[in-house]
Amino acid sequence: MPEPTASRGGALHPLAELTRVRVLEFLREPEALFWVFGFPVLLALALGIAFRDPGAASYRVGVVDPAIADRLAGADDLNVTAMERGAALEALGRGRLDLVVEAVPGDAAPPEFVFRFDPTRPEGRAARLAVDDALQRAYGRQDLLEHRDQPVADRGSRYIDFLIPGLIGLNLMGSGMWGIGFSIVVARTRGLLKRFAATPMRRPHYLVSYALSRLLFLVLEVAAIVGFGWLIFGVSVRGPLLAVLAIAIVGGLSFAALGLLVAARSRTIEAVSGWMNLLQLPMWLLSGSFFSYERFPEAFWPAIRLLPLTAVNDALRAVFRGEALIADSLPELIVLAGWGLVSFAIALRRFRWH
Amino acid sequence: MNGTENGRTVAARCVGLVKRYPGVVAVGGLDLEVRRGECFGLLGPNGAGKTTTVEILEGLTPPDDGVVEVLGQRWGTRDDRLLRERLGIQLQETKLADKLTVTETVRLFRSFYRQGRPVDEVIALVSLDEKRNARVGKLSGGQKQRLALACALVSAPELMFLDEPTTGLDPQARRHVWDVVETFRQGGGTVILTTHYMEEAARLCDRLAIVDHGRRIALGTPANLVASLDADQILELRAGGELDAGRLGALPGVAGVSARNGGWMVRVRDVGAALPAVLAELEQAGAPLEQLTTHQATLEDVFVHLTGRGLRDA
Repeated sequence: MPEPTASRGGALHPLAELTRVRVLEFLREPEALFWVFGFPVLLALALGIAFRDPGAASYRVGVVDPAIADRLAGADDLNVTAMERGAALEALGRGRLDLVVEAVPGDAAPPEFVFRFDPTRPEGRAARLAVDDALQRAYGRQDLLEHRDQPVADRGSRYIDFLIPGLIGLNLMGSGMWGIGFSIVVARTRGLLKRFAATPMRRPHYLVSYALSRLLFLVLEVAAIVGFGWLIFGVSVRGPLLAVLAIAIVGGLSFAALGLLVAARSRTIEAVSGWMNLLQLPMWLLSGSFFSYERFPEAFWPAIRLLPLTAVNDALRAVFRGEALIADSLPELIVLAGWGLVSFAIALRRFRWH
Repeated sequence: MNGTENGRTVAARCVGLVKRYPGVVAVGGLDLEVRRGECFGLLGPNGAGKTTTVEILEGLTPPDDGVVEVLGQRWGTRDDRLLRERLGIQLQETKLADKLTVTETVRLFRSFYRQGRPVDEVIALVSLDEKRNARVGKLSGGQKQRLALACALVSAPELMFLDEPTTGLDPQARRHVWDVVETFRQGGGTVILTTHYMEEAARLCDRLAIVDHGRRIALGTPANLVASLDADQILELRAGGELDAGRLGALPGVAGVSARNGGWMVRVRDVGAALPAVLAELEQAGAPLEQLTTHQATLEDVFVHLTGRGLRDA
């Protein structure tokens, strides 16, 4: 038999080989590719369309008496339909109308009007103001003040502008935690971890290779979402793109470490899924990916801001708004680094190789 | 005791090895000494404690008691990684990653070792050249097992552990694995092997320990162990009535008897003398013969003789 050879016999450094096979395995898993790249883009498309700007506001108003429709005809922000009372109330109940106007039967001139609308819906309240204004003018009210309207089209304040950074955050969390947690538990159930433990492989190398392969893919993931938002919805990053990348890297590594921690001891896919959901659900709800966490009572904000997904979302939104990375997002970066380092340290100590 | 001194002639040894799991003693005070250059077999039925013993020797499972020394070093005393550099290990139930190719898998394992064989050479050694770009998931059971051997051989180990290397393989695939092991032996390598196939133990092993319930019940070369039966032939018979073991054992040409599975296993020195005498004894006892087979004595018979059970009995 030939003598043993040095220089690893055609193989690279173990960390490079471990990272390489991680990347290859991922690329050979079409389902994983869809969840990482296709899903966030489809989600952005669906939500972007559902919550798109309605353009000039136009309120849908049902009127029971055609005479009222004539009075409202001059108001161009109202879309007025004359219809039967029963049909109008049903349409209001189903949300197809924002407001229903009827006149109280009687001889009063001008007649007394009843506005029916849902005061919990902003469209209802706005329609009420618009209809009231139009009717008052139609019956001869003179305005005391002059004013000019000057519409502002601020592209940075649409829902899609809020949503895109949140989707990046969610994607970093999802692909970081699920991608890593699953493959580690699968490797454990197949006895592969034990087999690696039987080699002189340095154990941190194994865990670090997951983080490195994540780095590679998260650049592509973030580029896919940012590029999509820009191309389809015109969502632009006002701060430097490098800052987005920096946050994505710190956040992605932090979630990778959390994924390692969750998978550190689980022996079954079911167990690891349970832990993942337990950790991720609160962040889906609280961390402001789909709606601002400022809707929760202010007393909760400091705790919510300590969640890693909140930190990623807040820091990304700041860069999208054009704020400086280090000056404005340092606390978020510290929160992320803290989660990442602590999780990695615990995962390394507690990791079950059998 | 001088570990370094022993390390020159002894590849691995354990003294008073004990491993308990909740409700079961997996290994109950096992002593073994494996010499350099030999192929040492642990033969025993499933659940005998073979895998636990090997995984303790491999440094994967800590023992509850006892001394373990591998290549002159104890686990946990010096840098374990230095010791692992010198070992090749095949575990009983490793499923290598399905999505990787043969070459990618061997390359990965090669990268863990500072010294070893070139990747292509190891793949050739286990005759997987034609499959080098095939995904692991597409390989047959025998090919997967040879790939596992390649991952064990890639470090050019001094000592290789094989835990049931051919379980579940067809005879041809099994012979293929044996060829690889024999090639490694010819290069001077030491092998510690567990099996519950007596053909495998007889073919590959220089010496064997027969283990049952976590204890060593016999030790020796395959030939010595078979010779310990003091019989060339084994006569297995089943009769429709009561037989007296003492009378059977005293018949001419018979070395001994033991009951097995409701029948009898008669160890025979001289078939020509024993067979008529046994048949006459049956006649006299009024126990009609239901079944009779004879075969050359094997390691299986040694195990049956020692335990009253077969290697693959439940």
